[in-house]
Amino acid sequence: MATQKEPVLVVVQLTGGNDYLNTVVPYNNPLYRDNRKAVSIGDNQILRLDGEYGVPSFLGPLKKFWDQDKLAIMHGVGYLDSPRSHFRSMDIWHTCEPDKVGTEGWLGRVIRQIDPNKENVITAVSFGPCLFRALSMPGVPVACVAGPLETYGFLPGIQEKTQRQAVLDRFQRMYKPIPGSGVMEYMATTGLDSLKGADILKVAPGKYQSDIKYPDTPIARKLKGIAQVHFADLGTRVFYCDHGSFDTHAGQNPIHASLWTALNRGLEAFMADLRAHNKADNVIVLIFSEFGRRVRDNGSGTDHGAAGVTFVLGEKVKGGHYGNMPSLEAGKLVQGDLNPNQDFRGIYSTILDKWLHMDPVPIVNGAYEQLGFLN
Amino acid sequence: MAHTDDIALMAHLMRRAGFGAGRDELEARVAKGYDATVEELLNPEAQPPVDHYTLLRHQPSALLPGGVPPMGNVNYMYYLVTTQRPLEEKMALFWHHVFATGNSKVDNYDQLLEQIDLFRHHGMGNYRALLLKLAKNPSMIFWLDNNQNHGTEVNENWGRELLELFSLGAGNYTEIDVREASRAFTGWSFETKLPRLPYGRFPWKFQYRPEDHDEGEKTFLGHQGNLNGEDIINIVVDQPACAKFICRHLYNFFVADEPQVPAWNLEPPRDPAAIDLLTKTFRENKCAMKPVLRTLFKSDFFKNARYKHLKSPAEVVVGTLRQMGGYEIAKPGYGELSMQPGYMGQDLLNPPSVEGWHTGQEWINSGSLMARINFVAEQVGNTSAPGVQAIIKRLQAMGVLQPEQMVDTCLDLLGPIVVNRDTKKELVDQVKEWGEIRWDTDADALLAAKRTGELLQLIVATREYQFA
Repeated sequence: MATQKEPVLVVVQLTGGNDYLNTVVPYNNPLYRDNRKAVSIGDNQILRLDGEYGVPSFLGPLKKFWDQDKLAIMHGVGYLDSPRSHFRSMDIWHTCEPDKVGTEGWLGRVIRQIDPNKENVITAVSFGPCLFRALSMPGVPVACVAGPLETYGFLPGIQEKTQRQAVLDRFQRMYKPIPGSGVMEYMATTGLDSLKGADILKVAPGKYQSDIKYPDTPIARKLKGIAQVHFADLGTRVFYCDHGSFDTHAGQNPIHASLWTALNRGLEAFMADLRAHNKADNVIVLIFSEFGRRVRDNGSGTDHGAAGVTFVLGEKVKGGHYGNMPSLEAGKLVQGDLNPNQDFRGIYSTILDKWLHMDPVPIVNGAYEQLGFLN
Repeated sequence: MAHTDDIALMAHLMRRAGFGAGRDELEARVAKGYDATVEELLNPEAQPPVDHYTLLRHQPSALLPGGVPPMGNVNYMYYLVTTQRPLEEKMALFWHHVFATGNSKVDNYDQLLEQIDLFRHHGMGNYRALLLKLAKNPSMIFWLDNNQNHGTEVNENWGRELLELFSLGAGNYTEIDVREASRAFTGWSFETKLPRLPYGRFPWKFQYRPEDHDEGEKTFLGHQGNLNGEDIINIVVDQPACAKFICRHLYNFFVADEPQVPAWNLEPPRDPAAIDLLTKTFRENKCAMKPVLRTLFKSDFFKNARYKHLKSPAEVVVGTLRQMGGYEIAKPGYGELSMQPGYMGQDLLNPPSVEGWHTGQEWINSGSLMARINFVAEQVGNTSAPGVQAIIKRLQAMGVLQPEQMVDTCLDLLGPIVVNRDTKKELVDQVKEWGEIRWDTDADALLAAKRTGELLQLIVATREYQFA
């Protein structure tokens, strides 16, 4: 049973393909403005990180973490031969399988490693209506909290104690797993694990006490749910949620700004909550997207690209730039896109090895160079 | 007296080609015959359309639902629950799965419902014609930014998804084809929209803008010329890959769960012969949908595919509401009902992306399994619902019921549903705890009705019940 000292990973997935160049802006590079007559961010809207890069003003809270040396920015992240398709690209980030369709998520493997005997069915908690493939692994339970945490559970209409117990017992017996029966077995395990997980999770909201006010946005609600479960010391080691859609083919600037503002305000409250409860030290937050976007805008937005930016945030993170932004020069682009120079599996490997203390190679299907953000 | 398997087979047909049917309807359809029923399903014009005015009388806001739920969902749910043209409605849902367009960006349920109407009217017609209408559908144009696709600044969103998701499937074209297709569709836009203030939303209308069109030479899938959008569609639908892709979608939706779509250029179909037959029919009939559907529903591979399809949230909710009865009028509370598929992972009219929903086994996770079971249990546990009363009356007509009889009959009347031996034992054990089910006195009948409700709740909580 994990204690609060065990390392915890929070993953925030930016769905749709977050625009790298308008998130970490190479404001001094003339090619930035040359290629983005429509969507480039004005100099007066940019908070400078240093002489080369800045972030738009709506990333203010993340900039504060940067100033505290708690934010790592990974440049040029991607993989070879991106198909630039949402589904496929997200699948690749989730399963580390670029050449065939994987069904095992990297975090599913992590959970199996952390808790091989399924002693804690809420080792992974996901806030969202469907199971993210990153967490998917046959036999590995994930508590998927679709609605509010307070009402998570089976047959809530039956509240009378003895009757409820009798019905849930019958349910449990009906869901006997039949090994090798494919979908039926999957459902049996899912059903039984949800039953158990609901029992455990239901204490978290009741135990939560905090002065921190979270904004009333979906992403902030999810982050608050994560905080509640984390504070309840239930042994959860992996949290997952998503935010989006970042697929800004048109009308990019207001949408991009609005999405990042919501995320920043949510993260601000979340980190403040963790710090106020003295439960921030063992948490890092990984923020990623399935690809970046085209260098040249299309007149109103940007189309699918390749290399993107990934962030890791946390008290124990060694802040700074990791890697270099790929060249914006036309001759160095690949199909009009920034050429990835850093494999995303290197970031995963760093987290797996240095934070979660496990061998990354079998989880990410190979050996990838690690980065120094957790040294 | 219908042969048992006729009933089971008809129930299978109705679950797949529609949203299920209660026992009375099944018996009537069996009397007509399977093939005659298939023809009736393929001939929706012979049945009355949904009574739109009754919807509006009870839910006037469903006329122009606007950008925020639930009135768009109410409008759609009303059609799904009350339609007497089940296959027409199911095909519209099929196309909604494939041509996934979402309110998260469109922000206009009025327009999205028009798109669904397009699928109702043309979904069982000709695929080529449907694709052309789709290319001119303002919701789709906006959704995939084709209004931002200019001769001077090409936007590839529509061009790409047309090839990858709506016709050929990944692996059957190159990045150059995407670009050239996008160029061909430049200028396919809509009339400048009227501002929303102060009078609200006005309908969007397709508009071709010739000044915005790229008139240059294009090379697409080996064809050369000053290709326009219609040319692209004509070239695409003639590709064998297109027929295979669409027929595999039909198989996945109506017959048995395939792997997810992104795997299709890597993993072969589970029944290649079935896909080949459907593809052949599709091509021979020059993209007409009805012959393909007829072939599908009359095939052995379909008839033998019982319970090989995991119900989508739409099927769970709509199937339950239709069987329970009492939802023919859009009474207060319809809003909350209409949001249910969303809680189960399928927010109708708002798929998470143009790639649509992950189907089959992926509908199930700890959150959605709970939502599905909880919703259906609440419905069938209500013994005054017409659908439950219908079951109770048939049980009552049988007199005293022993536990095993009670379980068998409830499984039969609720479905028919087939459960495995262990599940059956649990259900029978439960009834054994109650004893015989009798209807002699009023008190007996009241208790028996209560027990029926409880047994039905247990049945819908089984794993087997999740399949169609």
